[in-house]
Amino acid sequence: MKLLNEYGIAFALLGAVLAALVPGIASAKAVSMGGVAGAGVITEDPAQFGKVLILQLLPGTQGIYGLLIAFITLSQIGVLGGSSDISFVKGLLYFAACLPIVIVGYSSAIKQAKAAVASINVVAKRPDQFGKAMIFPAMVETYAILALLISILAVNGVSGLNI
Amino acid sequence: MTGLKLKNKSKNEMTDNLYLYAVARIRSRELSLLNKADIDQLMNCKSEKDALQFLKDKGWGRDGAETAEEVLMAEREKTWDLLRELVDDMSVFNVFLCVNDFHNVKAAIKQAYKGTKIPNMYYTDCTLDPETVKKAIIEQDFSLLPEHMREAAKEAYEIQLHTGDSQLCDIIIDKAALETLYAEGNASGNELIEQYVELKVAQADINIAIRSVKTGKDKDFLRRALVPCKSLDIEKLIESAAMGMEAIYDYLNKTVYSDAVPALKESAQAFERWCDNRIIEYIRPQKYNPFTLSPIAAYLLARENEIKTVRILLSGKRNDIADNVIRERLRDMYV
Repeated sequence: MKLLNEYGIAFALLGAVLAALVPGIASAKAVSMGGVAGAGVITEDPAQFGKVLILQLLPGTQGIYGLLIAFITLSQIGVLGGSSDISFVKGLLYFAACLPIVIVGYSSAIKQAKAAVASINVVAKRPDQFGKAMIFPAMVETYAILALLISILAVNGVSGLNI
Repeated sequence: MTGLKLKNKSKNEMTDNLYLYAVARIRSRELSLLNKADIDQLMNCKSEKDALQFLKDKGWGRDGAETAEEVLMAEREKTWDLLRELVDDMSVFNVFLCVNDFHNVKAAIKQAYKGTKIPNMYYTDCTLDPETVKKAIIEQDFSLLPEHMREAAKEAYEIQLHTGDSQLCDIIIDKAALETLYAEGNASGNELIEQYVELKVAQADINIAIRSVKTGKDKDFLRRALVPCKSLDIEKLIESAAMGMEAIYDYLNKTVYSDAVPALKESAQAFERWCDNRIIEYIRPQKYNPFTLSPIAAYLLARENEIKTVRILLSGKRNDIADNVIRERLRDMYV
């Protein structure tokens, strides 16, 4: 058991790394999709730059949420300072606590990108409908926020456990 | 198995994302397509000159394009210039151009047979250089042609030169053209293009069957001319054609083309209009699709339909045809 406990920090760190990595990659891909579609609209109508930019940036938030969870986890497990004495079970729990934002962050960023691209197409045709068009990708954000919330609660909760 | 599914999913996503820029630009361009109100305004023009002026005010034509045909040609060129700008691999549009290659083969065979060149007899919008096609036929070097054209071109050339039977020559080339169109369309993996080629081949088969009844052609002729497709049973169509026009209508009433029967009974032009409108029905959902090649293909077909409609309208105005007669010939618009 003592030998296993040495791996606790490794699992906890893996969770933090994945939280920064996976939603970050997905957001980069998603923002790029929005950028490509946005560039198409701007080529034809440069006046739509502001509207298109907002839609492009919407799926970028998952990367930020992942970064936030990674930062909190790193603080809690002592990688950024303090004690890094974490049991094997606690390490696994930190890993599990990071999973909501890892999985939902990735998936929601890609899905939100598709909704954002569709909305950019709406702006291309009906710039006056920007307000309505923005709602559709924004709705996808709900699920990324829910995952973020659970990951924050779980990471903070795990730190208080005496195991 | 899961690995294969993931690989396919990833490939589909890549294909989806390939045309994001192009589709966004196409969306903006769709704003300048003629809608029903524009067509009504064109109809209200008193003369062809007024209608042309209306189109020029809408940005149609280029500098120096004066006649209706020059304006329409300029619009077609503009569409292809835009597509060339948007899509790196233009081979995805071969399905819309391959038939023109076969037209050029036919033109070259006629030129070789008659020994005279008719001006503007070659299409320039095609997948093969018209000069190469001409050289292949005139010099009988069929190896210059792609494999799928070689055999048909050689057979048609020999029949034209040895028997002078232009109709048989045309049938061989037309059949090869339709077979190529069908194969290209089905190989595209794009549902819209598959629907398009299915309709085009079925339209050609129905037209051939109807004409064969009118001209008293036999079953062997039909077997030689018709191209198999999924939506028609060629053998049943041949049997029906042998029995007469009503039998063809009865057979078509049992197929997905039952709606076309009233148009067929009316005239060949009405059937052509029905087919063009059906294509517009197929492409209309693409107005709301931000991914894949389909919205771009839909834009191309919408432009072709628009140019055809304007040509009919201008021709009607030029020849003082009554407005109600012109209206009957107009196609539905995409936007």
